[in-house]
Amino acid sequence: MNFIFDYYNYWVVVFLMMAGFYIVISANNLVKKIVGLNIFQTSVFILYISMGKVSGGTAPILVEGVTQYSNPLPHVLILTAIVVGVATTAVGLSLIVRIKRAYGTVEENEFENTDDAI
Amino acid sequence: MLEQHLVALPIILPLIAAPIALLFGRTILTWAFATLISAGACFAAFSLLIAALSEGVLSYAVGGWPPPWGIELRVDAANAFVLFAVTALSTLVLLYSKASASHEIDPDKQALFYTAHLLCLAGLSGILVTGDAFNLFVFLEISSLATYTLVSLASDKRCLTAAFRYLIMGTIGATFILIGVGLLYMKTGTLNMLDLSARIAALEASRTVNTGLAFIMVGVSIKLALFPLHMWLPGAYTYAPSAVSAFLASTATKVAVYVMIRFIFTIFGAEHVFAEMGMDFILMVLAVVAIFKCSYVACVQSNVKTVLAHSSLAQIGYMVLGISLVSVTGLMAGLIHIFNHALMKGALFMAVGAVFYRLGSVNIEAFRGLGKRMPLTMAAFTIAGLSIIGVPLTVGFVSKWYLITGALEQNNWLIAGLVLAGSLLAVVYIGRVLEAAYFKEFPASHDSKDVKEVPLSMLIPMWVLVIANIYFGIDTSFTTEAATSAAQWLFQNNQVLELTP
Repeated sequence: MNFIFDYYNYWVVVFLMMAGFYIVISANNLVKKIVGLNIFQTSVFILYISMGKVSGGTAPILVEGVTQYSNPLPHVLILTAIVVGVATTAVGLSLIVRIKRAYGTVEENEFENTDDAI
Repeated sequence: MLEQHLVALPIILPLIAAPIALLFGRTILTWAFATLISAGACFAAFSLLIAALSEGVLSYAVGGWPPPWGIELRVDAANAFVLFAVTALSTLVLLYSKASASHEIDPDKQALFYTAHLLCLAGLSGILVTGDAFNLFVFLEISSLATYTLVSLASDKRCLTAAFRYLIMGTIGATFILIGVGLLYMKTGTLNMLDLSARIAALEASRTVNTGLAFIMVGVSIKLALFPLHMWLPGAYTYAPSAVSAFLASTATKVAVYVMIRFIFTIFGAEHVFAEMGMDFILMVLAVVAIFKCSYVACVQSNVKTVLAHSSLAQIGYMVLGISLVSVTGLMAGLIHIFNHALMKGALFMAVGAVFYRLGSVNIEAFRGLGKRMPLTMAAFTIAGLSIIGVPLTVGFVSKWYLITGALEQNNWLIAGLVLAGSLLAVVYIGRVLEAAYFKEFPASHDSKDVKEVPLSMLIPMWVLVIANIYFGIDTSFTTEAATSAAQWLFQNNQVLELTP
């Protein structure tokens, strides 16, 4: 049981990761694929953020009487990764807008040429 | 003062120039500016290569924060060599773009095209120069996002779904790399590549590090389109504008091959990855399957750009095969093929782009009789095609020679034979195009006046590459010297693994 509870943050990460990945693979709607991709990326953000937490540590701000701090570096890294994720989503959604204009649909199975399916 | 910051220039120049390029207003000015910047980056890369060959390693602390705390830019023979190839190709493709892009891309989007190209170049240079694992991910995403935009700029609507598929696959690949880097950080507490390698070596076998290795290898394999993770590539290369295909085919996947080399040899250590994890066998099998499966598919396609895209996949197989031989000669063959393949695939895609410029189609039927109508273009296609096959006096021969030498050093006759057999398949797919161009009549139905040689601004970059194909095929001293010292450097870095025959 300890194996489950001690590492519960990783279980959350793995569940979100697989859920997101599954949506990317199975969804027929392109917007849903992007949503799945977002969930997939977010799970990695949680992986980074939870690894920076030191039990008993506070936020890494110098205050008197506190000696134990959480590691701020993973959090800073993930700020960058969030920006990358937002940019990816923006490019993906703008591609979907153009696909909608060109093909008249954002459902994979409604493309007239099946080779075009994602 | 400039020399002190030389290492950062190939990234900084295009990165700063990209938004400025948008302000010019007139496309021709944007084009001239982008080409100038790319040429400047190429010049910086050349100086770096010379410096790296004579001095060994150049290290640069970004913002004055010393490594391993700050981000380190680190140039050695290996990345200086690839960096020079990438920036040189970018400059030639930009020269070529003037006519090609203005023909294929909407006038109001052309400034954006040059901006995206510069961003892509900045990302690729960043991947090559950085010495920090997380920074590598960020640059990977900068170049990838620019690439998705570039692919989607074509007029054919199928480029949109191709770009979307590329976006999905590329993001999954990059996220896998991010997970891998996270796992490494979790275990070692550092992101600097050299620091990582020292700490990983001290850890011995750790399950977290091995999981990180697995994630990173799968992620990088998606990015370099190693069989069976290659499905995004043919569509993206086929439907992208010609100039973009020429640029991506000769640089983007090659940089990903470099990333693989960097992770295997510098960070994890060749001994750990190959001897303990058995990765060499996996890579070798996938590489051989890639060579044969993708060459075969290239033989039965009717769209010449798709043929070349599948041929690229096969050539990536040769590079990975070189890495998987686990010897200095094999790695050197892989590195030299990165440079050589950039020369030949760049020239081939430019020639096909020239055909598209005149005929508006790249189907194999469109090539009928072009040997007489567009003699210079088709001659360029022929020579670069011979180079892909590996005919002596071209660069393709040099790569295959070292690859086979590397295989024979280990008495691996099977691999040597497979490389030769793979080259025969290249004869078929290049031969089909040449047959159409030289032995079929120009169809009478076409309006023959319009079909003539393309403008000089397209021919010159194409022929520069073709001449480089021949020049580096005859005088191999520059490329072999650079590739050999790069390969030796990578092996020395963490001793080892000189397999004796």
